This record gives sequence, C-alpha cells and structure tokens, in this order.
Amino acid sequence: MTTDGLSKVFAALADPTRRDIVARLASGDATVGQLAEPYAMSLQAVSKHLKVLEDAGLVTRGRDAQRRPVHLETEVLDAMTTWIERYRREAEERYRRLDDVLAAMPHGTPHPTPEGERP
Amino acid sequence: MTTTTGTRIDIGTDLPTIVITREFDAPRSKVFRAHTDPDLVSQWLGPRGLEMTVDRWDCRTGGEYRYIHSRDGEEYAFHGSFHEVRPEELIVQTFTFEGMPDSVALEKLVLEDLGEGRTRLVATSLGDSFEARDAMVASGMETGIVEGYERLDEVLAQQG
Repeated sequence: MTTDGLSKVFAALADPTRRDIVARLASGDATVGQLAEPYAMSLQAVSKHLKVLEDAGLVTRGRDAQRRPVHLETEVLDAMTTWIERYRREAEERYRRLDDVLAAMPHGTPHPTPEGERP
Repeated sequence: MTTTTGTRIDIGTDLPTIVITREFDAPRSKVFRAHTDPDLVSQWLGPRGLEMTVDRWDCRTGGEYRYIHSRDGEEYAFHGSFHEVRPEELIVQTFTFEGMPDSVALEKLVLEDLGEGRTRLVATSLGDSFEARDAMVASGMETGIVEGYERLDEVLAQQG
C-alpha cells in the first residue's frame, strides 16, 4: 500500500465535526441517527462525514442491516498517534543533543556581525 | 502535548506541514550558531546510532549543504540550498533525501528571543505532497520508510 492511508486519516481528522464524531465513538458504537442528534445537520450530511471516516479506515459500519452501528477502529488512530509520537521523540532526542552542544559553548560568544557575515 | 521544555509536533491538515516547536535554555545567538557552524551541527543533527558526516555546510543566503548518515555500510545522504539566512532569526532552506531526489521540502527555522537567555525554535517543514510529508512522519526517513506503512497495512488488512 502507499502512503495514501495516513494522508486519508489526517485529512479525515482535519474537520472539527468529524473529530467530534470520532471522540463520541470512542465511548461506544452509535447509529447514524444518534450521531446526528447534537448537530443541526441532516442525516445525509452526517452520513457524508461518516463516509470520509470510513474511507480512511477510521470507522466501520456494523452488519446489522437495520441499525448499521458505527464502530471506531481505534487501532488506526493508535497507529497514527504512535508515528507522530515516535517522530516527536526523535526530534526531542536531537534537541537534547543540541541542549548539550549549547551548554558546552563558551559564554560571551561573539555575536555575528550586523551585516550577517558568517562566523 | 505542549510543555515548556519538551518538543511539540503539529501536523498540518490543510497543507502538508510538520511544525516542530522547542525551547532552549540558551540565547538566540548560540542557538543560531549551533545551526550555522558545521562542527557544531554535526554534534547534534544526526539521529542516534548513525554516524553523521557533514560533506558541505555553507549556511548563508545562497549557500548549500549536504550531509550523510551512515550505519553498517548503509548511507543516507541529504542535501539542499540555504535560501535565506538572517543572523539569529531565520533560516529558510530546501531539504531533499537523495534516495528520493525528485522530492523536496521547504524548511523554515525561526528563532524567537524569549528573554532571560532563552530561545524558542519553530521549525516548519512544508512537503511537496501530503504523501511525502506523511512518509516523513511515519518513518523519519533514516529509520526505514517501509516499516511504518507495513504496520498500517496490517491494521487495515485486519479490518477486511
């Protein structure tokens, strides 16, 4: 598979309504009707948001033909969080080394000249 | 996610950006010099466990750079141009992983004087596509692009 997957997840979560839907699904499955309740929007509009979340792999719909409850796939969310956290940790490690470099630099280092010449 | 000393990461949703924010207990002049002096850069820029070799580092407006990370005979080289360098304040540069030579990110480093000898660094990387940006986040390039996506493959495959 391509890098498409992660992009879709990021894009799906770019919308505040969809983030809200994901947050509510985190506490349990819900039907489209239940999800639509707090919003001043049609079932159709909510279904559209769900379709985007579904395409990104963030939610699935139950097989129950009548209710088709919406289920949050927490693993996809976790995978994304894990990547961002790993990236963050690598940056933090790098900047801790920079902390050490900065601490070892002599005090009163000459400032670059106002003209911006290289040191 | 936000702390005063830890690194903060923000992933753009409208644009393929990664924004890194970090504060340092050092004045702006020192943080700037640690980015422009190749001898200092080589001490911190390389990832852990990889050897960092600076091939070229001419950090001034119109200058260029190239560096190599190596481990067990494998080499990962990166290069780019310094587009705008303003002492103590700003470095705008391009960034290319030579393994993907057609892809280039635009990077902007802003140093903010917080007073009392402290500095805030904000590094923004704008990828040339969401896919390229996501590959950066998912792998960190040097640690293997494939690994992260294999894991997502597994997760997505399980869903049927």
